Amino acid sequence: MAQTGGVERTGARDPATRPATVTRVRVSLFVTCLVDGFQPEVGVAAVKVLRRMGAEVSVPEGQTCCGQPAWNSGFARDAARVAATSLDVLAATDTDAVIVPAGSCATMVKVFWPEMFEVVGDHRRAAAARELGARVREFSDFVAEHAEQLGELVPHGETVAYHHSCHMLRELDITEAAGTLLTAAGCETVDWPQDQRCCGFGGLFSMKLPETSVAMADEKLDGLSSSGCTEVVGCDTSCLMQLCGRADHTGRPIRTRHLAEVLAAALPDEPTR
Amino acid sequence: MSGGFTLAGTSLRSRTAEATTDDRLRASVAKAVDRFAGGRVDTLATLDDPDALRAAARRVRQDVLAELPRIVERFADNAAAAGVIVHWALDGQAANDIVTEIIRATGATSIVKGKSMATEEIGLNEAIERAGARVVETDLGEWILQLAGQTPSHIIAPAVHLDRDQIRDILQPEAAEGEVLDNDPERLAAFARRTLRGEFLAADLGITGCNMAVAESGSFVLIENEGNGRLSSTLPRVHVAVMGVERIVETWDQADLILNLLARSGTGQHLSTYTNIITGPRREGEVDGPDEVHVVILDNGRSELLGTEFEEALNCIRCGACLNVCPVYRQVGGHAYGWVYSGPIGAVLTPLLAGEHPEAAELPVASTLCGACMDACPVSIPLQDLLLSLRRQKAMTADKIEKGAWRAWSHAWSRPVTFRASLRAAALGRPLTRLASSLPGLGAWADGRGVPVPAARTFTERWKSGEL
Repeated sequence: MAQTGGVERTGARDPATRPATVTRVRVSLFVTCLVDGFQPEVGVAAVKVLRRMGAEVSVPEGQTCCGQPAWNSGFARDAARVAATSLDVLAATDTDAVIVPAGSCATMVKVFWPEMFEVVGDHRRAAAARELGARVREFSDFVAEHAEQLGELVPHGETVAYHHSCHMLRELDITEAAGTLLTAAGCETVDWPQDQRCCGFGGLFSMKLPETSVAMADEKLDGLSSSGCTEVVGCDTSCLMQLCGRADHTGRPIRTRHLAEVLAAALPDEPTR
Repeated sequence: MSGGFTLAGTSLRSRTAEATTDDRLRASVAKAVDRFAGGRVDTLATLDDPDALRAAARRVRQDVLAELPRIVERFADNAAAAGVIVHWALDGQAANDIVTEIIRATGATSIVKGKSMATEEIGLNEAIERAGARVVETDLGEWILQLAGQTPSHIIAPAVHLDRDQIRDILQPEAAEGEVLDNDPERLAAFARRTLRGEFLAADLGITGCNMAVAESGSFVLIENEGNGRLSSTLPRVHVAVMGVERIVETWDQADLILNLLARSGTGQHLSTYTNIITGPRREGEVDGPDEVHVVILDNGRSELLGTEFEEALNCIRCGACLNVCPVYRQVGGHAYGWVYSGPIGAVLTPLLAGEHPEAAELPVASTLCGACMDACPVSIPLQDLLLSLRRQKAMTADKIEKGAWRAWSHAWSRPVTFRASLRAAALGRPLTRLASSLPGLGAWADGRGVPVPAARTFTERWKSGEL
């Protein structure tokens, strides 16, 4: 049974914390496997932020992974087999939007699922994926569109660098959302010459050509040194694991945070449930 | 395949790993591709509507490929009418045989050559040398590589991996006794110009590639920046051009569209310094030009791609824009790809054109699928889709272990219970994270990166507990 945030769980109890114009949006969260298993704090933060916006958040039960690792490795049938499980669960929801706190997984669902199910001959699911795709939104894109519903944020005065992940930039055309939100959260975003360059993760690329993969991460991280910035913010846990993992290994004092965590930390310190 | 290429018998991982340790190479490559890529953005911005031009150029390529046999025949007829001797070569061996036979028949002993990737693809230089003739590359980059015994590492800038000091060292032995070269690029270029001038004047046969044939007039277009292509195609008595069968358009209007994009996309120039248009040999009353012009139309696996999804790869106009923006290419340069074409288009073309080498099939791995190449491609070749499709082809012939691993994974992760159990197992195995680093895949990760630690409690567990 999927849990849904009830009225009393959305921050609606105190009228002062919610703008009067709020329309009650119902959203489903597609957690993604990396957030579920490795970075649950990202999911927790996303739920907090979405609720603060007045959204009713549900986490449809039975979802697993988007299948991207297998799809990108050429194993379309195995990818589709896994994705079918998540598709069936998400397609059965009737919420206004399906929020994905990962640009790459959002792209997999919106852009590649229809193609993937066609490739394996599952035309019914290809059609379902196309229909679902219209409701699927990457986290920052959705939040930025409804930014006014976030209400007042508490600036922490942090200086951060924002990593544009490739799929968000080139497949989803999301370029401004994170910058807008970081500014709203009182963060100063440093100029990072390599901010739009691939981090070198690329799924299994990172293990198949590891030397090249870390060289790519190194160039990105080196680009930060002149600014002195020590925090990288992004919207893809996978990219952040790559950059953080490389920074740790090489002793660079750089930490990474998902945008959802930055926003959640900037929410006024008041009960949200 | 040409002798200098290392595809056969090596792995992509070993080649790329080696390249990443060469800081000099990586600095040279990064500097050059940044200059090209920046120039591309700047010169495209001077056009009224670059995207409309790109769309039009893409349509031109598609229209041409849709009727390629007819258009190539039309070119051959019109070129022959203009006095060109047209040859057809089904593969590299046939093309090499044709060229060496022309050399034998004309009695040429001294040969100059302009830059041509098609001739690199078929190993023409080696074939000529085996036939007992001497051939001198005259494009500055190609000449440097010939002297160094190396192969091109970039489609349009073959010696992009070398810095000025390395180039000085390579050229020094060519200098006269007592002449010491320094590393000033202009003086090095002047030295090359002086030295090569003698080769041009002595040559009795010139070989070039062909950027684009134009069927309606039987002409072919050669673009270049150094004038060596013009000298190679006009000074010697015989000129032989080798063209890939798809390097063609039907009309001059179409050629105009492509030329508007080619230099902008490649070097970031509005137009290359020289645009040579060659229509037949020297005519009566003309002062310059060869007595004999041959064109060798090379198939070498290209026409097999027509009508397949990989026909898209034949849309390529060889500008190199995809190399210049590729984050993988910038780290490893062109040699790591192992064959004549590198970068994203090379990762697509190599398995398609050099499929006789089983090692070619792993080239599509050389991409993070970041999509920068598709954004830069002037004719919008869906490189990412082609790479994925080639990966699917390779997956079909994967060994039992790899297939079995994916099967086991999809079995577990298509069921919520086993999916959650596997995340749970990862969480329980947290103390073993270091041990897991000895597994093949994770080890490759852990060699250069901290291993992410599974969360003690998954998001799903926390959500279900009601605490959120």
